[in-house]
Amino acid sequence: MAAAEFEVPTLTEYVDVPKIKEGAMAHVKSFVSPQVTQEFMGYPWALGEDWKERALFKMGDLLGKYRSLRVFMDACVHCGACTDKCHYFLGTADPNNMPVARQELMRKVYRRYFTLPGKIAPWLVGAEDLTQETLEKWYSYYHQCSECRRCSVYCPYGIDTAEITMAGREILNYAGMGQKYSNEILVKVQKIGNNLGLPGPALEDTLAGLEEDIEADTGVPVKMPLDVEGAEILLVTPSADFFSEPHVESLIGYAKVFHAAGVSWTLSSKASEAGNFGLFNGSYETMRTVAMRIRDAALELGCKRIIVGECGHAWRVAYSFWNTLNGVGYGGDDPFARKLQEQLDSRYPQPMHICEYTWDLIQQGVLKFDKSANDDRVITFHDSCNVSRGSRMGTEPGGQFTIPRNIIRAVANNFHDMDADTIGEATFCCGGGGGLLTDDLIEVRVKGAYPRMNAFNNVAKGRQVNFLALICAICKAQFTKVFPYYGFDRNMVGGVHQLVSTAIKLD
Amino acid sequence: MTSLTFFYTGLLYFATLVLFGGLAYRIYEYSRTPAPLKIPTTPAPTTNSGVVLRMAREVALFESLFKSNKWIWLFGWLFHVGLALVLLRHVRYFQEPVWFWVEFIQPFGKYASFAMVAGLAGLWARRFLVDRVRYISTPSDHLILALLIGIGLSGMLMTFVAHTDIVALKAFMLGLMTFDFQPMPADAVLMAHLFLVALLMIIFPISKLLHAPGIFFSPTRNQADNPRETRHIAPWAAALDRDKA
Repeated sequence: MAAAEFEVPTLTEYVDVPKIKEGAMAHVKSFVSPQVTQEFMGYPWALGEDWKERALFKMGDLLGKYRSLRVFMDACVHCGACTDKCHYFLGTADPNNMPVARQELMRKVYRRYFTLPGKIAPWLVGAEDLTQETLEKWYSYYHQCSECRRCSVYCPYGIDTAEITMAGREILNYAGMGQKYSNEILVKVQKIGNNLGLPGPALEDTLAGLEEDIEADTGVPVKMPLDVEGAEILLVTPSADFFSEPHVESLIGYAKVFHAAGVSWTLSSKASEAGNFGLFNGSYETMRTVAMRIRDAALELGCKRIIVGECGHAWRVAYSFWNTLNGVGYGGDDPFARKLQEQLDSRYPQPMHICEYTWDLIQQGVLKFDKSANDDRVITFHDSCNVSRGSRMGTEPGGQFTIPRNIIRAVANNFHDMDADTIGEATFCCGGGGGLLTDDLIEVRVKGAYPRMNAFNNVAKGRQVNFLALICAICKAQFTKVFPYYGFDRNMVGGVHQLVSTAIKLD
Repeated sequence: MTSLTFFYTGLLYFATLVLFGGLAYRIYEYSRTPAPLKIPTTPAPTTNSGVVLRMAREVALFESLFKSNKWIWLFGWLFHVGLALVLLRHVRYFQEPVWFWVEFIQPFGKYASFAMVAGLAGLWARRFLVDRVRYISTPSDHLILALLIGIGLSGMLMTFVAHTDIVALKAFMLGLMTFDFQPMPADAVLMAHLFLVALLMIIFPISKLLHAPGIFFSPTRNQADNPRETRHIAPWAAALDRDKA
């Protein structure tokens, strides 16, 4: 068990809404991005003399480009509906972690410089000057938001704090205060091809090693092809799947599914990363640049289908944004979109989630399972925030909830859901999403995991659950790290396709 | 024209101009700001007719708020429905002859004022009693509630306690609409009521009251969940495409 330098919340049967404790998390400041990283990203690396003009310019720029930000700045009535919905507030009691208060950090500045009442009577409407102190607060609290969108479910106007956090981070970057963790990852993915900075030859070695392991384990020569031109399916998966535990177990699962289906598929060294931290930073251009690698890889390899592995925010970007950003999808009638559409197989949705793919095969009876192989596990499923509230699977709304559960029930005998208030669209974030999965934010991560850990604790105690099934690389890494803080074994964390991998029968 | 009539004539014209001009400008501003990405809060309807239904539930029933907090929902919904009925009842002061349905809802509109003020009182109480809501409340939040309660109470006073000269008031209102100016009745309660209403109209386009048009433009609620089937792209983002293709 890691020694915590802060108080780990005590697990209780229900999550009590805490009394506010002002400034409880004001000390949190994740490492600031260094010069070399900022320069690569095209941002200043320190606040220059004109930081204030730059920040206000960027704010005005974003207000003109994003209807979400524009409307959300005006529409909030401070009703309080969101105040007890954020896992970071529930875990820290810091009032600035209430979604409305997090938004107000920006809204105060918006009112002061962009609205009439804020210009003439700032004291009346809660408007404040933009100072360095404000910027420090932004930096602290816009990095205590995982952009999970839980608040947007409950807001009567659908105000999504994620949109404001993203804008806040983009303004901070533009003024010269980037976050080291996210920006370094964005440099790696652009320079090397994935978030972990794993170069092509290393990836090739890793995959060859995994093929040997699978064959030794099952006696079946399951392949992990890389950069195969003309393969039908291009699999784009988070790079953590290549060598983090338990992620790699799911990668083995995907490979076994493809093997059993008898299809040709490939990974790409260029697109060896499904994740797209451009989402977290709120920069459309960065997100687009990172997404463009997938388009380029698909065009180069000539693949007919694009399938995305287990990764929450990656699936949101792929499902909701790829068609916009890089043309993976249908319905575009411009040359840019048509070029890729003509290549893709229009009988299938593009892109497709690996769970959609596996569930289709299960329904067709293509895959055979020995469910008893998973009998040592009593399983529950954590709905990842970006999948739940920012995407879909299948043809019906809510398919993102039913399809992964259907797969689990098809490959295992023991499944219990957590409390209904903590799953589906009401799911609590793991606490490490949105660019917070870094050790310098461990306090935020552990405390933010509290509502989920409470719900897990209830099924662990009440139903003897011993396995938390996930479909997100960040969730997997986060829970592996924070489970021990709450007295649970990190090996209780794994992927849905890890369960598939255990039970699937191969010829 | 007395100075009283002159003042209220000017005030109500000004307030009407600000309300409609200001709202029109806001709506223009919201509508011309693009939404570059598909961001409906899912699960979301996959068709446009589904989106219309979702929006209708949101506007009429406060669906998301109901999921969120039953007290805020109860008070907020009571207030808004009360206000809607009260406003509809007031249509009678702006027309001659009066439409049938306006006649019909008069008693409902009268008693709806109780729901309206009770809802407002509940919402205001939360600003003092719930520490989280107290923390986020600004002076203007309190003043807007005071304003609305002031409007409600002054109106109820005239409806249920000290009737104003309603015939003269209606003549004044119809006069404003036909530019055939009639004297404004010199009744203190009526003067207070109309002054507060004008104030509300004036602050509407520059305050949080913009939530009313805002919700219709909220991308998390007004977008269909169909990003794989349709290519959604903002003009400024499409410009980036052309460079690449």
